[in-house]
Amino acid sequence: MAEFKATFASLIIGATSALTVLAGGAIDAQAAEVNLYSYRQPFLMNPLLDAFTKDSGITVNMVYLESGMLERLKAEGDNSPADLVLTSDIGNIYNLVEANLLQPTRSSVLERNVPAQFRHPDGLWYGLTTRARVIFAHKERVKPAEVTTYEDLAKPYMKGRVCSRSGKHVYNVSLLAWMIAAKGEAAAEAWAKGVKDNLARKPQGNDRAQVKAVYQGECDVAIGNTYYMGKMMANEKEPEQQDWAASVNLIFPNQKDSGTHVNISGAGVTKSARNKDSAIKLIEFLSGDAAQKIYAEDNFEYPVKAGVKLHPIVAGWGEFKADETFLFKIGEHRTQATRMLDRVHFND
Amino acid sequence: MMSEATTVGMAPGRAAGAKSERWAWFNVWSVGTVVIAAMMTVPILTVLYIGLTPGDEIWSHLVSTVLPGYITTTLLLMIGVGTGTFIIGVGTAWLVSTCRFPGKRMFEWALLLPMAMPAYVIAYVYTDILEYAGPVQVLLREIFGWTLKRQYWFPEIRSLGGAASMMTLVLYPYVYLLSRAAFMEQSVCMLEASRVLGRGPWRSFFTVALPLARPAIVIGVSLVLMETLNDFGTVDFFAVGTFTLGIYDVWLNMNNVTGAAQLASMLLFFVVFLVLAERFGRRNQRFHHTTSKYKALPGYELKGWARRGAIIGCALPVVFGFLLPAMVLAGYAVIHFKEAANTDVLGYAGNSVMLSALAAALALAIGIFMAYAVRLRKERIVTFMARFASLGYAVPGSVLAVGVLVSLGAMDNGIDGFMRRNFSLSTGLLFSGTIAAVTFGYLVRFLALSFGSVEASLGKVTPSMDGAAASLGHTPFSTLRRIHIPLIRGSALTAAMMVFVDCMKELPMTVILRPFNFHTLATYVHQYASDEQLGAASLAALGIVGFGILPVIVLSFAITKSRPGHSKPNPAPGQTNKDQTS
Repeated sequence: MAEFKATFASLIIGATSALTVLAGGAIDAQAAEVNLYSYRQPFLMNPLLDAFTKDSGITVNMVYLESGMLERLKAEGDNSPADLVLTSDIGNIYNLVEANLLQPTRSSVLERNVPAQFRHPDGLWYGLTTRARVIFAHKERVKPAEVTTYEDLAKPYMKGRVCSRSGKHVYNVSLLAWMIAAKGEAAAEAWAKGVKDNLARKPQGNDRAQVKAVYQGECDVAIGNTYYMGKMMANEKEPEQQDWAASVNLIFPNQKDSGTHVNISGAGVTKSARNKDSAIKLIEFLSGDAAQKIYAEDNFEYPVKAGVKLHPIVAGWGEFKADETFLFKIGEHRTQATRMLDRVHFND
Repeated sequence: MMSEATTVGMAPGRAAGAKSERWAWFNVWSVGTVVIAAMMTVPILTVLYIGLTPGDEIWSHLVSTVLPGYITTTLLLMIGVGTGTFIIGVGTAWLVSTCRFPGKRMFEWALLLPMAMPAYVIAYVYTDILEYAGPVQVLLREIFGWTLKRQYWFPEIRSLGGAASMMTLVLYPYVYLLSRAAFMEQSVCMLEASRVLGRGPWRSFFTVALPLARPAIVIGVSLVLMETLNDFGTVDFFAVGTFTLGIYDVWLNMNNVTGAAQLASMLLFFVVFLVLAERFGRRNQRFHHTTSKYKALPGYELKGWARRGAIIGCALPVVFGFLLPAMVLAGYAVIHFKEAANTDVLGYAGNSVMLSALAAALALAIGIFMAYAVRLRKERIVTFMARFASLGYAVPGSVLAVGVLVSLGAMDNGIDGFMRRNFSLSTGLLFSGTIAAVTFGYLVRFLALSFGSVEASLGKVTPSMDGAAASLGHTPFSTLRRIHIPLIRGSALTAAMMVFVDCMKELPMTVILRPFNFHTLATYVHQYASDEQLGAASLAALGIVGFGILPVIVLSFAITKSRPGHSKPNPAPGQTNKDQTS
């Protein structure tokens, strides 16, 4: 019987290795490498990962998974090859934590690089960059006093003047979830209803398209993420985008109370990680000066590490008060926010 | 044409199954079909199963808020796209199959071109052109001196109508392909008989050709409707609240995969209901060719307005579904050439072509195998399993991908656990996250394309062929190889081509199931498009269209040649008898 077992086992090993080689999925745990599941696009991450490999000699394998990462990690279970996840929104990280797919890590480098308000207290994840969701207002058609807060977008005098992308887009769901956390459910729902009533057109398009609509006169104000403004202002391939950007002021809302809603991109080590040390090294690298500078310069994001220089365009918008109190609450209010958007028929 | 009741042929399998060694063959077909179909069914069943796992209750919320809207919008979209693709697809197929007019030869293949254009790409392109800020409206404002939106009316592109138009433009080739193949497989005798009996060209079309082609047209339209039902890219960009958008919303925004699976299951039952209703509608109709006289179709010469109408009717779908968007993309590609021309793109193109070709070949082989088994053995279990296995097409790609993930993961971990327990050996994940998983996903999703068109085509071959072959001592396999495959070659190539092109465009399953460091053209385009930079991905988007279109054109010529009776110097074996009457 033992002999049979041994023969059978070697047969299986043979077949397995043949299969994995055929399938191209061979994961050699010996070589220094780290396997990454990413919500962030490869074109953004590749320069950072190349720099890491050059620096450390560790190879990085990546799958860009815009949706379905959570289900894939769950289905693969303890055998999952993933060591590390990169996310683009705090909602993603929250769901991974809730599904118990991340493991706590400790690193003095990370504790030094990432301020406490941007990382999980047990080290389940670490924020790497932040971006603010701000208001773009037409320079002439909107008077400075008209719009200073998110709440102003729901005021009666804004009727027919507001543009928005789909309410169900992850950025808008997070914004409303933040509203629920910061202002309470009733106030948030009244706000969502008010903004809906003020829309100039059915929610559509992406963040840049909203600024374009303001430029073209379809509406006067729009909501969008800061880095899109940077990308438009620096766009030499399509200079018309510079005109769109030039037609609006970037307003950081709620400077006198809660501060502006910010979201973070981050990273965490998976429970199944076999290359935990390499994974931590990669997060440390991404939070270090060189990588933070790339995030700031190539993608117009706000680095989390203190002392890293902003892109001059981003610096030009000035300092602002960002909300740090309710950031952690966004994840748990996302379902509520989605249902609220259904109730006010935001997208109809 | 004759109804089944009067068909002289016997049920082919049983007629020939006298000897027991023959039965062994039949069992291969039946058992093979049941086994393959069961494999293909696992991810679909997994989705149904996920719907039964505990999760937040969403129904009372959905019913009281957005569900009625999702349903109305989805039905309207289906009606719009269904009608549009039916008129364009059948109309153009009829024109190029039976009429003669200038450019007909070119239109035969050019009408297929929009097929390679992903719906979400064409949606991006037309939005750029037609939105308020786009060149068309800017020009109108300059000409008429308007300055504000409320001064004039212009159709809103990001709307239900816009989405229906975009989908119609890229999906009508499915109906065109299948109805053209059906028109070409029709014996000209029917039409001649109809004309001799005094029916004009229009009445002959509506009372003879159209009912004869109905099974193929129905498959074409239902493929279109299923594509419409599970489209995500276009409706998301236009914010048209369809059922599928609702599924994504519940899944990703409410983080409720159970609820999403329940909605997907509901969608699936709706599709099953539609399919059954249609089958019930033609339950007593079965059309076989009773003659094998396939002389070249006569080619009705069009004159005057009819000729101009035919040219314009065939040109419009090609111009708006392909030429115009391709030119816009080419324009972007010139502007963004430096960032878009990336040597990696060639590798991604290789991946796309390799995966799509592999999936197309497998899907065709399985489709022929299953459709023939259904024909041979009219057993309920075989028929049921084969039909059930082709339901993957009705499930939104990402949801089906989760079904594949979960089932493959369970299998891999099961094997691993077994090996660990018994042999202290870890096999890890064998299939999860490999190219095999992606290919399997494609097969589950696109099997309907190959099975459906092969089944429709086989249905038109009279059973007396099988009977004759069997009485001459041919095994079912040799009958398939020597009789059926040559007869249905056109439809079989069509099926392979549709799977190939769909795989080239496929996005959600590839994204979720692929291995590390693996890109196809579609995933490459997507990472830029999702960051609002279609320009940087324009060359790769053109690549999807270009690499998708080459086999389409080549195969389109093959289909023209495949028509029974198409003059050929050397008839293929198995076709030598075709000019004898049955």
